[in-house]
Amino acid sequence: MKILVCISNVPDTTTKIRFVDDNKAFDKNGVQWIINPWDELALTRALELKEASGGAIEKISVITVGTKDAEPVMRKALAIGADDGIRVDTEAKDAYYVAMQIAEAIKDGGYDMILAGIESSDYNGSAVGRMIAEFLEIPSVSSVSKIEMEGGNISLKREIDGGTEVMETELPFVAIVQKGIALEPRIPNMRGIMMARKKPLAVVAPADGDALTEFAGFELPEAKAACKMVDEDNVKELVNLLHTEAKVI
Amino acid sequence: MSVLVYTENWDGKFKKLSYELVSYATALAKELGTSATALSIGNVDETELKSLGNYGASKIISVSDDRLANLVNSAYSKVIAQVAEKEEANVIVFSNNFGGKALAPGVSVKLKAGLVAGVTALPSSIEPFTVKKAVFTGKAFANVVVKSDKKVLSLARNSFGISETDNNAAIEIFTPELSDGDFRTNVKDVTKVMGKVLLMDAEIVVSGGRGMKGPENWGPIEELAELFGGATACSRPVSDEGWRPHTEHTGQTGKIIAPNLYIAAGISGAIQHVAGVSSSKCIVAINKDPDAPIFEVADYGIVGDAMKVLPQMVEAVKELKAEG
Ligand SMILES: Cc1cc2nc3c(=O)[nH]c(=O)nc-3n(C[C@H](O)[C@H](O)[C@H](O)COP(=O)(O)OP(=O)(O)OC[C@H]3O[C@@H](n4cnc5c(N)ncnc54)[C@H](O)[C@@H]3O)c2cc1C
Ligand SMILES: Nc1ncnc2c1ncn2[C@@H]1O[C@H](COP(=O)(O)O)[C@@H](O)[C@H]1O
Repeated sequence: MKILVCISNVPDTTTKIRFVDDNKAFDKNGVQWIINPWDELALTRALELKEASGGAIEKISVITVGTKDAEPVMRKALAIGADDGIRVDTEAKDAYYVAMQIAEAIKDGGYDMILAGIESSDYNGSAVGRMIAEFLEIPSVSSVSKIEMEGGNISLKREIDGGTEVMETELPFVAIVQKGIALEPRIPNMRGIMMARKKPLAVVAPADGDALTEFAGFELPEAKAACKMVDEDNVKELVNLLHTEAKVI
Repeated sequence: MSVLVYTENWDGKFKKLSYELVSYATALAKELGTSATALSIGNVDETELKSLGNYGASKIISVSDDRLANLVNSAYSKVIAQVAEKEEANVIVFSNNFGGKALAPGVSVKLKAGLVAGVTALPSSIEPFTVKKAVFTGKAFANVVVKSDKKVLSLARNSFGISETDNNAAIEIFTPELSDGDFRTNVKDVTKVMGKVLLMDAEIVVSGGRGMKGPENWGPIEELAELFGGATACSRPVSDEGWRPHTEHTGQTGKIIAPNLYIAAGISGAIQHVAGVSSSKCIVAINKDPDAPIFEVADYGIVGDAMKVLPQMVEAVKELKAEG
């Protein structure tokens, strides 16, 4: 069995967001890049499953659609423990374009389980994983918070508004993962970092096709009005303000 | 030409969320010079279906098929795409909730329709079709141009509001064409969260952080939430410690909510926490540290001990309620 984990290269979550080019582009200056937190957890879970599988899971691969800038996070994914990687060498234009590129690159790869995160922390598209399934015409399960494997049987727990469901699925399939999938992301150790240098990271040319959407520009939220302070001995006034001024209670 | 809106139901009932979507689709249809059609999948009775008309839908399409009892990504997306083609819909609207995230991208690929997820307003321009959405987990907004003829939008929760219009909409039954290959996932077991107001639906959320010191101090938080008919929430360390269930954790790695009122007690206001609550209409912070970052995003604040402030708040709210 083979698992593929989709990796999105995103700015560190504490990055101060700024724009350049007349607010037409994100300012990459000085930005620290990381593996999208969901993808890091997905990779962690994939490795846990592999280790517990007694050899049934032979390989964990990672894939990204991105320019050379995405190389460091791919090396990090290999250092964490992925066996090999693929980079589709093109700009990640939009979800449709990225999913199409991934589907093209892996359609003959024989992957049984494809993992993607519920959203990228940069453009919050919440789409790529589900779209890959659609391009490949394979089943998918969304908002997955648990993946268990026992004797080749895979069981998935998914979150719905108002509850959870335990699912089974035919292979191959895509799981779009969220909170709960793994507790803490795995951190690469020295040995992992050394080994990552020798692991294969294939660079493939993009397939023909185009994005369906594009960014016209960005805005920062309006500055918030200053917080109105109420004295701690006057809680009643706060409640009155919420009632008469903010009109929320 | 039309606007199609997918309205999710919960055990045959619609929620405010569904009505907000129909209100949005109706307003959008007006701008495009057309009308809005609502699509419902599942067993929903006629009165409930008709209620979608009260928010402007001029036609309601109902699909009920036993095989669609639970959400199956591929089958549902296929049904929605079939209805979109039949209705010649050029925009298909979803919620950006769990269901929307499971379906909108599938419909986008099937119809080769550009998708914008988490839209916060009506288009700022129709030609080119430009919509606004939050990016960088709420730290900025982007204006996105959809280049394809057909478009798929998913609306951020609580971003548009509800507008009622009387419309005696006709109900139409649609029978989709599905095959076994569309049902390759299967639900084995369901656990429902019953009784309590769900965090995602709550208009008022009372939330506690590590400053609450321990689970034994949650009494006034629960009481306050109950008085408001709202829900309780918490910061990540609180659920990590096991003081509160994980379903309550809000923030970048937890739930992203947008209630009318969010009360944060003993929460420092770390950027990852704020990412999950910053779209709230009004934020109240109670923190003993006047320099806590939560005050930068709050509308109202009290510097003080939450253990003392919260019980007083409970009393004040009770008084307010008694006054009517
Ligand atoms: C990748 C990543 C993702 C994360 N995702 C999330 C997330 O989704 N959600 C989340 O919440 N966190 C998240 N975090 C953690 C986040 O960075 C903070 O550590 C966390 O939000 C802090 O929780 P807190 O405010 O409850 O606790 P603390 O930071 O310990 O703050 C406690 C606050 O309580 C105040 N206080 C103490 N005693 C009292 C009292 N008696 N009365 C009133 N106030 C008092 C203190 O002044 C302080 O401000 C994430 C972190 C990382 C790195
Ligand atoms: N450029 C990319 N390359 C590979 N995987 C991606 C890329 N962008 C997004 N993904 C995957 O899709 C998930 C959801 O991303 P998005 O649809 O962009 O919010 C991410 O968590 C990744 O697993």
